[in-house]
Amino acid sequence: MTVGLFIPCYIDQFYPNAAIATLTLLKKLGVDVVYPTKQTCCGQPMANSGFEHLTQGCNDLFIENFSEFDYVVSPSGSCVLHIKDHLHADKAEDKALGIRKKIYELTEFLTDVLKVEKLTASFPHKVGVHQSCHGQRGLMLAQMSELVEAPFSKPLHLLNMVQGLELINLKRPDECCGFGGTFCVAEEAVSVKMGKDRVADHLNGGAEYITAADMSCLMHMEGILRRQNSNVKVIHIAEILNAQEF
Amino acid sequence: MSTGAKDHAQLSDIFNKDEARVDWHDETLWFVRAKRDKAANSLPEWEALRETASQIKDNVLSNLHDYLLQFEANAEKNGIKVHWAANGEEHNKIVHSILKESGVNRIVKSKSMLTEECHLNDYLHKNDIEVIDTDLGERIVQLAEEPPSHIVLPCIHKKKEEIGDLFHKHLGTPEGASDPVFLTAAARDHLREKFITRKAAITGVNFAIAETGEFVVCTNEGNADMGAHLADVHIACMGIEKIVPLRKHLSVFLRILTRSATGQPITTYSSHFKKPRPGQTMHIVLVDNGRTTQLGREDFRNSLKCIRCAACMNTCPVYRRSGGHSYHTAIAGPIGSILAPNLDMKNYADLPFASTLCGSCSNVCPVKINIHEQLYKWRQVIVKEGYADPKKAMAMKAMDFTLSNPSIYKFAGKAGRWVLKHAPFTVNNKLNLWYKHREMPESPKQSFGEWYKQNNKND
Repeated sequence: MTVGLFIPCYIDQFYPNAAIATLTLLKKLGVDVVYPTKQTCCGQPMANSGFEHLTQGCNDLFIENFSEFDYVVSPSGSCVLHIKDHLHADKAEDKALGIRKKIYELTEFLTDVLKVEKLTASFPHKVGVHQSCHGQRGLMLAQMSELVEAPFSKPLHLLNMVQGLELINLKRPDECCGFGGTFCVAEEAVSVKMGKDRVADHLNGGAEYITAADMSCLMHMEGILRRQNSNVKVIHIAEILNAQEF
Repeated sequence: MSTGAKDHAQLSDIFNKDEARVDWHDETLWFVRAKRDKAANSLPEWEALRETASQIKDNVLSNLHDYLLQFEANAEKNGIKVHWAANGEEHNKIVHSILKESGVNRIVKSKSMLTEECHLNDYLHKNDIEVIDTDLGERIVQLAEEPPSHIVLPCIHKKKEEIGDLFHKHLGTPEGASDPVFLTAAARDHLREKFITRKAAITGVNFAIAETGEFVVCTNEGNADMGAHLADVHIACMGIEKIVPLRKHLSVFLRILTRSATGQPITTYSSHFKKPRPGQTMHIVLVDNGRTTQLGREDFRNSLKCIRCAACMNTCPVYRRSGGHSYHTAIAGPIGSILAPNLDMKNYADLPFASTLCGSCSNVCPVKINIHEQLYKWRQVIVKEGYADPKKAMAMKAMDFTLSNPSIYKFAGKAGRWVLKHAPFTVNNKLNLWYKHREMPESPKQSFGEWYKQNNKND
């Protein structure tokens, strides 16, 4: 099994540690991982702004980079959802469909494909889990509070295997943080207010770290935490699942 | 509603100047969402009910023409006069002509979002007909000369002290009185006199049953009944999508409507109107006003399943923090944002963008409208139709150019990180909306791509 590692553009540029942790973790679990070096972006920022018709260049590049792998794995629920829902190519629609079926967000790949039941990770801190919407409601990484259905959570299933980690309780377990792609600047006031409220919920719960399966939500909340001079840090879930802190 | 051509983002910015008020608004509506969750969870068959409701509505939309004619025939048989209105203007004219023929110039009206959509009150006012809204929340916003900010809770944006001030000014309650029970009693006295003296009543319609020609009006205050039962003329106004085929389908819709709306098991009054009482005349105005256009838009047609419960508003993190008036349309929130562009794409081009696409709206929707997916689709339509900001279109083209070319992307990324590190003042300023209330991400030494190249030379 060969996995193509898809690292979204903003993680590549601003959060290399999340990407390094993803790569290391997959290798540690015995997966043959390849990072195609000519990758850029899934095209989501344009598509969500109403410019899906401009994403063909991104789509073609994505297909070129990833169609040969058995699986495509990425540490971002949002970007994975975009590919799953919107990857098209008139000239190579079968390849596009193939990718849409074999692309996985990291925690769902670990849970559903590798069926990980044990991790040798240790992270002795109080952690708040932010359920990123596209991962949760789009990819169904965890049950949603709106539905009358049995609970489950792929990220929590994995975090529960980490030694020393203490999960904190939130008043609103799956409210959006307000990042929303270009929404974060187009609707600046509401975006910031949503972020402040989400951060406050974690702070009130006593979190030392806020984690998520999506770095974009964390980037937004980190911006707010740092503006508030808070000591609370954001950390991608891959970094926790790969941590060896004692 | 006149907002001086401000868009959702600008109006939300104003709303957010008073953060304590935003917190209060958010908490108040979250409380309603929590009540809805509790009510939904009390029924193990909740998800099956949603699915059933959704399928009944699918059937209605696919056979709307036949059900409407069946309804018309049965209603006429029952002695109800049925009118057809192609748009809001026709609707208003029909209502006005009925009132004129009846010689009535003062009326009571219970809640009807359709009449808000058609701006009936303004129209009648211009034609010297006085309208008293009898739903308490609607009466409050009417006294304040504001539109409703929410389709179920019209004055949810007002604090009880503000309502006390309004009542002091208009109803003569003591200055400073803000006890809700006291104010409600004052409103009751005030409205009772209107019910007794007005000769015509307008109501909305929640469900119209094709099989029987009857219609159902749901209220918690009994104000629709008070108005209709005391009046010589009852006019019910409904959008054509309110049809349900069979009476037994109410056993699904009445169970989900109020649980979704307020968390109650059922509305206090779910009144069936089938025929006029002796001496009364009863009219129904069936209104299209863009609905058949929406029915023809394949991607958006199922927005017509909406039963106006407002669950999508209560759960929407953007609605809760921007207030209903920021949507500058009769129906605010996520559902309003997919309905409004159908009526006027230019004026409401901002609304599909007033969302993070979090998807909570689609999950609470009792008739399973894929609201957040339609928001995404409206964005594509609005841009293609040329209603996007030209600056944004340029930025998107530049983004496409950069992201379609790996080497340009690598160069741009590196340049961007260099700027952040060595010339942060060019980014950390008031022109950068991100920076207004958030720090920029720290610039790492290397991108992941650069790290990978260095550490995986054998790959």
